[in-house]
Amino acid sequence: MKGVICEMTDSVNRPAPPVSPRRKKLLRALSNWQLYLFLLPTIAYFLIFRYYPMYGLQIAFRNFKANKGIWGSAWVGLKNFERFFAAADFTRLLTNTLAVSVENLLLSFPVPIILALLLNQMPSKRYKKLVQTVIYAPHFISTVVLVGIISLFFSPSSGIVNHIISALGGERIHFMAESRWFRPLYIGSEIWQSAGWGSILYLAALSGINPELHEAAIVDGAKKYQRVWHIDIPGILPTVVIMFILNSGKVMAVGFEKAYLMQTSLNISTSEIIATYVYKRGLLQSQFSFSTAVGVFESVVNLILICTVNFISRKVSDSSLF
Amino acid sequence: MKARKTNRIRQTGADWVFDILNYIFLTLCLLIVAYPLYFIVIASISDPVDVYAGNVFLYPHRVTMEGYRRILDYRSFFTGYRNTVLYTMVGTVLNVFITVPAAYALSRKDLAGRNLMMMMVTFTMIFSGGLIPTYLLVLDLGLYDSMWALILPGAVSAWNLIVARTFFQQTIPDELLEAAQLDGATNVQFFLQVVLPLSKSILAVLTLFYAVSHWNSYFNALIYLKSADKYPLQLVLRNILFENSLGDMVEDASTLAAQQRLGDLIKYGVIIASSLPLLVLYPFLQRYFIQGVMIGAVKG
Repeated sequence: MKGVICEMTDSVNRPAPPVSPRRKKLLRALSNWQLYLFLLPTIAYFLIFRYYPMYGLQIAFRNFKANKGIWGSAWVGLKNFERFFAAADFTRLLTNTLAVSVENLLLSFPVPIILALLLNQMPSKRYKKLVQTVIYAPHFISTVVLVGIISLFFSPSSGIVNHIISALGGERIHFMAESRWFRPLYIGSEIWQSAGWGSILYLAALSGINPELHEAAIVDGAKKYQRVWHIDIPGILPTVVIMFILNSGKVMAVGFEKAYLMQTSLNISTSEIIATYVYKRGLLQSQFSFSTAVGVFESVVNLILICTVNFISRKVSDSSLF
Repeated sequence: MKARKTNRIRQTGADWVFDILNYIFLTLCLLIVAYPLYFIVIASISDPVDVYAGNVFLYPHRVTMEGYRRILDYRSFFTGYRNTVLYTMVGTVLNVFITVPAAYALSRKDLAGRNLMMMMVTFTMIFSGGLIPTYLLVLDLGLYDSMWALILPGAVSAWNLIVARTFFQQTIPDELLEAAQLDGATNVQFFLQVVLPLSKSILAVLTLFYAVSHWNSYFNALIYLKSADKYPLQLVLRNILFENSLGDMVEDASTLAAQQRLGDLIKYGVIIASSLPLLVLYPFLQRYFIQGVMIGAVKG
């Protein structure tokens, strides 16, 4: 501490030499060279593993041949895209992808908000804690295990769901083999796994609401549901809007892992989405250029979607991501 | 006076109804989440004939350890377990060692070019090169069929980097840095001796987030690994759960139906055995996970 005081008086007494602003900036950057060393591996990682593949996206416009490499393969313009748009399964792929993701967004988005609002109003803190601990847990289950659980529970002969259906006098359903059950299972399991975890964010937003608002409302005789409606919900609305934008940005990027694992040859008419198609065409059939073009199409639609939702929400509610 | 009193009674009356409905709703949620998990546990130790016939609902029937005994005899499962522990440890150490210093550097207001860096990081969250170019890159780097193909492509997560940076911005006051600089401390000394001891919780958060994602990932292994002896647990699980590659684990059962029953028993067992480390540790580490989400929310 003594040293600090000495240094301080020193720097006060000594007149600083005049330095030009640009030189000053350079000197400061140089004096922080160790910080740049800290950043070096991260910069290298992002350049190599994140930005170089974006550069590699040009194979979507080439006819990639493994022996010629990315740079030696011939340019073909938009031919790969034209082939995809003309393909017989184009409409089906697009509808499947949009259907599963939009339905998923609309159905699973409100659940964590409702959970958070109710948990926040729970009178018993211990019970609240218990519920939280349990409903967060599925978040840690891997996709492989989750789909394994689905296929065991919904198995036509031995699954517990069909035992219940037949005990109630219904017909056994072969869930994993019927295309109309793909989306309900996908979305239902999505809610089961992530709604609890998703409520953490909203609980954080709720804890940021000024308690005096609630106290004043109680004095005025407001009932609990009125306080939830008039204080809690407006209080978390900005968070809700931001989360909605973020989630809609993921609309096209349906979880590949889960869809692929849930796919069977029998439900393929609804379970084949763009991501699984890219994987099969690209990695299993080695049509690199074609499947990259399909991937580019997906990313671009995604980017347009997130920008549109962001634009709308900035106009309507003043909350936006960028 | 009297009117006011009845008003208050009615008010508490409405709140009472709200609380009851709240209890009912949340208890339902609790059961919907907890029951499947509980059922897997009891199904993994019940007689497979009873599970198959649908007699097991609330408690285990004719407890048997047959499923677990057979899992213990299954070599691939252990190889997978060992591989996953290795990949998770190496991967997480590398993740944390790269992410934390970078996040600290990016939290410093006096770092020239940090906005550019942050833009570069954030952009990758909304746009990426996608599957095929990344795959070709991994091939070109000669990482195919090696452990590093699972670790290097995910060496830094943009999200975790931003979470750690936000943490440093919130918890390391500028005055601390000024005092240390006056004492003549270099950036490295300040980081190691002052910042890190104050940042134990963010280290825990990052370690947990990264470790969970390594433990649960299967897709990179699916596309980058060829040799079965390098498969991580999730890929072995996938083969057991979906490809029915149970092979000699159920071979001795007399009929096809018996084999399927035994297979189901083993499946319930591997689900428990593979998720156990996370599900047992999670309640104790819960506050760190939640803290991580909260810090992310500030920025998010």
